[in-house]
Amino acid sequence: MTVLTHFRTPLLQTPFHARTSAANVLNRWGPWGGYMTALCFGDADMEYTAIRNAASVYDLCPMVKYRITGKDAVGYLNRLTLRDAGKLPVGAVHYTGWTDDAGKLLDDGTLFRHGPEEYLICCQERHLPWFLASAEGFDVSVAEVTEDIAALSLQGPCSATVLAAAGFDVSTLKPFRMATFPFGKGQITISRTGFTGDLGYELWMTPGQALPLWDHLMQAGAPWGIRPIGTDALNLARIEAGFIITNMDFVPAHQAVREDRPRSPLELGLGWMIDWDKGHFTGRRALLAERERGPEWQMVGLDVPGNVSAEGSILYHNKRQEAGFVTAAAWSPALKASVAIAQVQSKYLKANDLWVEIYALRELQYAKLMLPVRVVERPFFNPARKRAMPPERT
Amino acid sequence: MPTPSSEVLVIGGGVNGLACAARLAAKGRKVTLLEASEVVGGGAGEREFAPGYHAPALAHLTQGLDTRVVEAMALDRHGLAFHPALATTVLSGEAESLTVRGGKTSGVDAAAWEALHRKLSAFARVLAPLRQMRPVRLAGENRLFGLARQGLGIRALGKDDFRELLRMVLINVHDVAEDELSDDRLKGLLAFDATLGAWLGPRSPNSLILYLDRLARGADPLLPKGGMGALAVAMGKAAAAAGVEVRTGSAVEKIVVEGDRAVGVRLEGGEVVRVGLVVSAMNPRTTLHQLVGAAALDAGFFKATGHVRMRGAAAKLHLALRGTPDFRGADLKSRIVIAPSSEAVERAFNPVKYGEVPELPVMEVILPSAHDPGLAPAGHHVLTAIVQYAPHAPKAGLEAARAEMLENTLNVLEQHSPGLRSLVVQAELLMPQDIEARFGMVGGNWHHGELAVEQMLFNRPTFAAAQYSTPLPGLWLAGAGSHPGGGINGAAGWNAAGAILEAKA
Repeated sequence: MTVLTHFRTPLLQTPFHARTSAANVLNRWGPWGGYMTALCFGDADMEYTAIRNAASVYDLCPMVKYRITGKDAVGYLNRLTLRDAGKLPVGAVHYTGWTDDAGKLLDDGTLFRHGPEEYLICCQERHLPWFLASAEGFDVSVAEVTEDIAALSLQGPCSATVLAAAGFDVSTLKPFRMATFPFGKGQITISRTGFTGDLGYELWMTPGQALPLWDHLMQAGAPWGIRPIGTDALNLARIEAGFIITNMDFVPAHQAVREDRPRSPLELGLGWMIDWDKGHFTGRRALLAERERGPEWQMVGLDVPGNVSAEGSILYHNKRQEAGFVTAAAWSPALKASVAIAQVQSKYLKANDLWVEIYALRELQYAKLMLPVRVVERPFFNPARKRAMPPERT
Repeated sequence: MPTPSSEVLVIGGGVNGLACAARLAAKGRKVTLLEASEVVGGGAGEREFAPGYHAPALAHLTQGLDTRVVEAMALDRHGLAFHPALATTVLSGEAESLTVRGGKTSGVDAAAWEALHRKLSAFARVLAPLRQMRPVRLAGENRLFGLARQGLGIRALGKDDFRELLRMVLINVHDVAEDELSDDRLKGLLAFDATLGAWLGPRSPNSLILYLDRLARGADPLLPKGGMGALAVAMGKAAAAAGVEVRTGSAVEKIVVEGDRAVGVRLEGGEVVRVGLVVSAMNPRTTLHQLVGAAALDAGFFKATGHVRMRGAAAKLHLALRGTPDFRGADLKSRIVIAPSSEAVERAFNPVKYGEVPELPVMEVILPSAHDPGLAPAGHHVLTAIVQYAPHAPKAGLEAARAEMLENTLNVLEQHSPGLRSLVVQAELLMPQDIEARFGMVGGNWHHGELAVEQMLFNRPTFAAAQYSTPLPGLWLAGAGSHPGGGINGAAGWNAAGAILEAKA
């Protein structure tokens, strides 16, 4: 008889767990995609500072990954996703999304083209049933490879320097491009991508390479103050960068219980992704009709007065009429400003009379604030070094 | 320059395709109808299956050919006439046979049958208008007027009858037979007629609604004078008279999609016909999966159309007989039903769930040559029967299952008509798989998608294509796979033409 014990450890450990658990002096863990993930290793402010001023590593293994291969890979991805996968060169990456028939977003993610007929999709949620259903009628195979690939994000202004010190010359690697580098007896892939809105890279390897690479990187990066970061610090950085997260800033259509929760790419500020001319894709007809009548919601960046985070707050038009809600907010250390990402009903956006009602917790007592907010462009924080070629060396 | 939408192509020359094409042509559209075989009619045609013996191609009766089709196409002027409505003779192994005409019968249950027939017919009358409507949507573009009218019709039943309708509408037919009847012959008939052409047994949930639908189509089984082929001929003539250009021997290979619109078809052989609108009276899955293809359709819709259940469980028997069979004195011009009890029907259904052949199949037997002697050599007869249930996925393989099904069917016939086997000159049994191959009915299901409550109305064939239009602009559906289903009826095709005209598509 097989003894079942899986329920005793409901969260999986990533290939980096031996190192992340040793570094996690607070023992602060949270679940992400079925894995244990560090929320904070010891000091969230220092971790954030590493992202913006030095070099940081973040364990990306729980990111859900699918490999798409086959003769019809381009046709399949063009029907599945919003952008033209055929225009993506081999060795390049783009940020894309996919919708259901009604044009409502199921998830967003990054698409890596490893070969003429080989792609990798990285995303937040699991989509195998949808990806397989979408494969009917196409000569492709779709495989979930989350457990086969270990990934580590190296972000910060010193990241290129740290990589150079580690023996990986990424000076010619442009943003949204990837390349392979020898490591030990094998090789790893490094892409110039990330979720911090800063100079940064993501390193892709086999699970067996995970610990040697971690050690190698931490040793090489020590002079630049490299440190592991948790989700709390990363979340602050991504808010500054204006990035959205599935199930935090929008509810994927397949998971939404309430009829009015799903949102289209047009409603989430992702309309720029849609390639209307590439041919048919799932949701195209619904999105065309929506473009015609105008989206009901808009995703916007907000500049909030004061220094209290507007997280979870409701937005009002003219202080009275509910107009939307904040999905993510923070006091930004880099900008010295309180910023927020919010969903606002389009009809209230034009009137330009938006207010946020913040419940500020001050020593066990809430103080209610009603503050005027200003719609501003995202990203809130957008340093030139993010795109600079060659990458900044420090 | 795009082809004007006044030019319409209808794919499939069955009853629905002909009805749709004729209605559109009568309204001034320039209609071309493409039929893959050499004659129109589809399941309503006729075939010489043995030298001198003519059997219906598939359907051997019509039960409620849509009156709008009959009248507007003036089918009588094109040669369609019917024999007097057929009575039903229920054969039973032990008891006397029983004759049923609508609500009239004899025996211990005569009064109970009449009362049940009256009640169910009243329910059917309430539901009948739905058959002639484009299915309503519960949200969005509601057709409130039609709904209100429908609501009024239902309210006219009165509170008690309305409550009774709600109690019964989703019930199984076996329970109804048990509640209302005591005569096994009538229980067997009710159970058989409810499940005829369905992949359901009498005890399956929602089986009664199929009986209500049958009553809503029309109470009387009818046989065209000259055989079922006469119906196909009359409809073909009427369509041509309405201005439809009929092209037989034209199998469609692909629907051509350009600029997110169906703009024509490519025929086998390569010819491309460009039109303004493409209307498919073929099977919806064949249309969308094979003729259109995944790339032009949303993934959810494509998957949903692939999941429409299309299992056929009816086999079709054709016998050439050298002589006149005797079903213990039954009127040979009647519709002979061999279904000794509701349990017998259920027992015939059970094996198909496991891919097996029932030992004692139940069946509906017609002798077309008793009505039209010309269909067989003098003194000879043609016997046709719908035999249930045939396995849609035979475990033993098609050939073995067909042979076993034929043997078991002939045994049952021999039991009720001793000596019949010795009269057989030639026998042909079409299994669901044969029906699929010959008529393009996926799974051999003669409704092009099982007629079951969850695949009716706004879910037929799927929610997004339930109103005859499809998500692909320029492509419409008009076959039995759409509301209200098949059965040599024409309503789906007629409704589809109405929807096209109404949409000014």
